[in-house]
Amino acid sequence: MTDRIEQRINSLNKRLNSEKRFRIYCIGAMSFALAWVLILFLNIFSSGYSAFYRTVIQVDVPFLNLIEDTTQFSEMSSEDINNLSMYSFSKKAIYGLFPDIEEKKDKKMLIRLFSIEFEQEIREFLKSNKSNINETETIYLTASDDVDQVSKGNYPRDLDEDKRRIKDIQLLFFDDLVDRGLVSYEFNLPFLMRGDSREPELAGVGGSIVGSLFTILVVLILSFPIGIFAAIYLEEFASKNRVTDFIEININNLAAVPSIVFGLLGLGIILNTFGLPRSTPLVGGIVLSLMTLPTIIIATRASLRAVPPSIREGALAVGATKMQAVMHHVVPVAMPGALTGTIIGLAQALGETAPLLLIGMVAFVVDVPQTPLDASASLPVQVYLWSESAERGYVEKTSATIMMLLGFLILMNLAAVLIRRKFETKW
Amino acid sequence: MGFILISLIVLIGFTSYFLGSLRAKKLRTSNQKNLTSLNHYYGYYVALWAVVPALLILLMITSFKSFFIEQYVLSDFIALGSYTETELSLLFTQIENTALGIKLFDENTILIDDAVNKLNYINKTIENLTYVTVLGLSGLLVLYSLININYKLNSRKIVEKFLLVLYFTCSLVAIMTTVGIIFSLLYETLRFFSQVPITDFLFGLNWSPQRVFVRDAGDLDTRDLANAFGAVPLFAGTFLIALIAMCVSVPVGLLTAIYMSEYASPKVRDWAKPIIEILAGIPTVVYGFFAALTVAPLVRDIGQGAGLTVSSESALAAGFVMGIMIIPFISSLSDDVIKSVPQSLREGSYAMGATKRETIVKVLLPAALPGIVGSFLLAVSRAIGETMIVVMAAGLNAKLTANPLDAATTITTQIVVILIGDQEFDSPKTQSAFALGLTLFVVTLALNFIALQVVKKYTERYD
Repeated sequence: MTDRIEQRINSLNKRLNSEKRFRIYCIGAMSFALAWVLILFLNIFSSGYSAFYRTVIQVDVPFLNLIEDTTQFSEMSSEDINNLSMYSFSKKAIYGLFPDIEEKKDKKMLIRLFSIEFEQEIREFLKSNKSNINETETIYLTASDDVDQVSKGNYPRDLDEDKRRIKDIQLLFFDDLVDRGLVSYEFNLPFLMRGDSREPELAGVGGSIVGSLFTILVVLILSFPIGIFAAIYLEEFASKNRVTDFIEININNLAAVPSIVFGLLGLGIILNTFGLPRSTPLVGGIVLSLMTLPTIIIATRASLRAVPPSIREGALAVGATKMQAVMHHVVPVAMPGALTGTIIGLAQALGETAPLLLIGMVAFVVDVPQTPLDASASLPVQVYLWSESAERGYVEKTSATIMMLLGFLILMNLAAVLIRRKFETKW
Repeated sequence: MGFILISLIVLIGFTSYFLGSLRAKKLRTSNQKNLTSLNHYYGYYVALWAVVPALLILLMITSFKSFFIEQYVLSDFIALGSYTETELSLLFTQIENTALGIKLFDENTILIDDAVNKLNYINKTIENLTYVTVLGLSGLLVLYSLININYKLNSRKIVEKFLLVLYFTCSLVAIMTTVGIIFSLLYETLRFFSQVPITDFLFGLNWSPQRVFVRDAGDLDTRDLANAFGAVPLFAGTFLIALIAMCVSVPVGLLTAIYMSEYASPKVRDWAKPIIEILAGIPTVVYGFFAALTVAPLVRDIGQGAGLTVSSESALAAGFVMGIMIIPFISSLSDDVIKSVPQSLREGSYAMGATKRETIVKVLLPAALPGIVGSFLLAVSRAIGETMIVVMAAGLNAKLTANPLDAATTITTQIVVILIGDQEFDSPKTQSAFALGLTLFVVTLALNFIALQVVKKYTERYD
């Protein structure tokens, strides 16, 4: 008798234990998934935040050496200043940091502490302050990428000299400059404003942000009306027949087609058959709108379906035509849902990369694009481009670009949620 | 030019709307007779006449003009007869650039100078002609439709008919996209298979399209072609990476779904579900960067610590990160499916004294199985079509391997590798990318179709 009871208790305990274990597995799985969200964000953030400030080195520039009377600058036009030969003058200004060094090699090393555009930066300073230039001006010059990375602590200093890009003597110079208080940080505005560059310290996301904006604008202009109209037709007017069935199957299938196939479509039809210009936001936008359409149509249809029939019938009962009932009464009620779907579709389009690679939006573009017909990159493509580059400085830039991309996506999704919360009517 | 012209057309549209409604109003007040439609429908009617044909004409002109201009400018060169088509199009680009003031020729020949002049002339003429035609047409039609407004004209019907046709056309875009995809893929693929036998493509074991240097398509050695385009290593690599991804995402996704639907309190659910769904919203290029820069080195270090040789672009790293990306696809859909199992089944099982685990494993999962399988299939099709992660983190060289620590390449990677940068069209190398695309399209479509059928079958069972 007691044996049987013990057996029962044992078996019950076993079952309860396995219940506990199972629960732990489940919690483990969910924590695993949640942990990776955290790891991903922390990883990107920790390697990306440092791209938002940059290292600058303070240099005293004796403009008196360039011209006898510095007030003369105010009378010069920008073109005159562009024509001034400033290269050796700028170099001498930098040598002024360490007047003692004589050897040519060391001087070269000193120059390499700075970004290659130091001459240009001094010129720009001159142009924007030409009316009151003193005999000697203090200018903050951009440090080279190597120096930037060392001063941010992203680059190991303790490697052997021949294994690192920055040489011992440069480190000596740099440490001395730090001790003299000439090295400082400032907000990296150029990173947000400029286009791409082969030099990491000069490369910016401005061009790709504008490119992305143009692309999204094209997507919005094309896919929003087409998507809404298609949804209205399918949900409100289409009679159940073969054509509508076929359209519906098509929409569902398109939603599942891999994005790269849309890239092939863009390449084969839009570029090669219609001959639209390669690498442009216009073509990128067209391809992405074809991709976004199913999302918008499906979301809009769902929200049209959610409008209670009483609204339709009420309008019809007081003499509205079918079209009036739909356009004046049903569609306005369904609009928040349609907008939410559109924003989510746009967010997808914003993060899409693969189709853009195939239509040539991977070009190296230095200029910030002015119209949707200029060659440009977009934010996700910029991530891809920079992640292929070897220089250390591009790692933080890539992460920073991802941060901005994620920022835009979060904003868009937030907008979608807010619209849904604020305008959605519960029936 | 386009922008100004379109703004002008829009302006005409607005004006004609007011003109139309005004005329209807006047007719109504002057004759005390009733019109068939409301005033603003007459406005819409006139505005439609003003805008739609003008825009269509503009579209037609812009799409045909480049061809026409090229023919006209190059007419002298074509008459010479000594240029091939590619040379002609190159020449045209050069002439265009010369017209923009970029110096390309050291010494401009008379023919070139002539062509540049012709280009400038024809551009100007066509621009003027476009303005005249489009605006003239628009104006004429406004007049016509204004005169046309009378007591019998039912403008509401016309406007509504137009809207209906517009809506229908928009819904056809989906069909046109599918047709476009199939057409562009098939066209290039068929040309590819005319040079490379389809059996070589599907069963060949060696993929090295970069070996085929194509200058003139005629002189290709057929043996070279046959050995370069065997896609089996790509299929194997795609399969391997998708398998790794599924090994990560299936257990995690399914257990997460079970926790969400059966164990979690509503509060936990409200928090955890959106956070996990963030994983689905992160752009794939971000995962690619993460895989290449963080996970791949980690996998290599761990492997080397254990005494294994790990390639720096291992299939494991790419597959693992892809698995994480797919988790929400499985967890969300499975969650919905498990939740929609009728409550009576749960309660019946509890009433028999089953524990929660027993209920889940023996009652709920079997009942929800079709839906869960459907979610797995959708996830597989996602994994197969995923591009950026594998482009950035998996290998580029095709090698037949089953070792997850080795580099493996996929269909999507090869499409990108072949088509990125400068492509020479009409070469089997470029066309092979379209053949790969078609394979991908067919496979994912089949998977989705099966998945939808499976899910549908399930929903029928409990409705």
